[in-house]
Amino acid sequence: MDVPAALSALAPRLSPLLSSRATTAVNIRRLSGGASLETWAFDLDDGTPLILRRRPPGGSMSAAALPLSTEAALLVAVAPAPVPEVVRVCAPIDGLGEAYVMRRLDGETLGKRIVRDEAFASVRPSLARRCGEVLAAIHATPLDDLPPLETSDAASELARYEAIYRQSGAQRPVFEAAFRWLASRAPPLERPVLVHGDFRNGNLMISPHAGLVGVLDWELAHLGDPAEDLGWICVNSWRFGQWRRPVGGFGDYQDLLDGHAAAGGAPVSLERLLFWQALGSLKWGVMCLMMYASFASGADRSIERAMIGRRASETEIDLVLLMERAA
Amino acid sequence: MITHPTAGELREALAALEAGPPGDPRAAFITRVADNARATLEREAALGPSAEAAAVERLRDLLGSGDDFKALNAELCARLADGRLAPLDPAVLAHLKASVTDQLAIDQPGYSGLAALDG
Repeated sequence: MDVPAALSALAPRLSPLLSSRATTAVNIRRLSGGASLETWAFDLDDGTPLILRRRPPGGSMSAAALPLSTEAALLVAVAPAPVPEVVRVCAPIDGLGEAYVMRRLDGETLGKRIVRDEAFASVRPSLARRCGEVLAAIHATPLDDLPPLETSDAASELARYEAIYRQSGAQRPVFEAAFRWLASRAPPLERPVLVHGDFRNGNLMISPHAGLVGVLDWELAHLGDPAEDLGWICVNSWRFGQWRRPVGGFGDYQDLLDGHAAAGGAPVSLERLLFWQALGSLKWGVMCLMMYASFASGADRSIERAMIGRRASETEIDLVLLMERAA
Repeated sequence: MITHPTAGELREALAALEAGPPGDPRAAFITRVADNARATLEREAALGPSAEAAAVERLRDLLGSGDDFKALNAELCARLADGRLAPLDPAVLAHLKASVTDQLAIDQPGYSGLAALDG
């Protein structure tokens, strides 16, 4: 499909929604994107910066991922949390398949830059607290307004990832120990809330001046334990070397928890956060094995897919350290 | 024996590499991954055999008996899975820590989890 041509044809249908007189799309370029989702940046010819998210025809969809129309509905439902404004959920007439258009935010998503670059030095000290506040706003979203979402708790997440691990045929004693350790302490789900499901460096748009301006990539959103989001952003794999700053490589646990509580979030103990952090490391480790499996099966024989399996050991050292802390 | 992927699989993937168009960001990324894979293979050749020998010795102490690494490692997994060994058992944790430290020295010697070991 010719996405640039389809976007140019779409522009006149977008401009009334944006009070714009634009007639065509310019500066069309494909950003990141794997096999399952494409992201395109483009501008209207009056300069309005936009993003297209689309699932290419035949694009694979993991069992947990949401349809893009659901993702767009969530972006609308979670306001006033900072998220990109949805402009149009694409219809068949647009010729783009499953897709939606949103406003493009200014900022940086690359964790390496956010945790190290001088440009972000002034926003880093307040970022962990701000993440807590934003998560509290997301977790406060009224459930009645939401599209249908799955509910999962700690025990069901553990069971899901243990099944994937068993299927991989890997024999990794750290994962065996971590599954048993976490299963014995899995907290019950008291009151399910809307959970983003992938709240971490990479999916957070950070402005060097305004801090956190957008929470992106909602395709893993579900109903669950608010501590799941608080723990996930503390997984060492997204601290980009800044391991002494547990929240995303830029902040401390207490700032995150304080921000969450101050913005009205139900109290979450550090112990509960650490449970979800450990489960997060374990999930990422199993995901590395899963991505390697597509190399082993012949589905994707790239060196990239092979090498991702060697990242499982990073999660093992993180899990051993968390188990030592608990012992 | 390191698996998921094995050294043989990494060599196979490297052999199948094709040069991408010059200046293409995706091709530049793949080149970096390939360089990283070659460095991993070199570290594995240098450090893998002694790491495995040390693991076998620790596993024999922990499990009482056993022959090769694969069988010993499988036995440890089985005992952890069915509860004969507890996940937070200090002897188990000491073995896991030593094994994972050796594994990371091969896979990702710059990973911050190694720095965190020393506090």
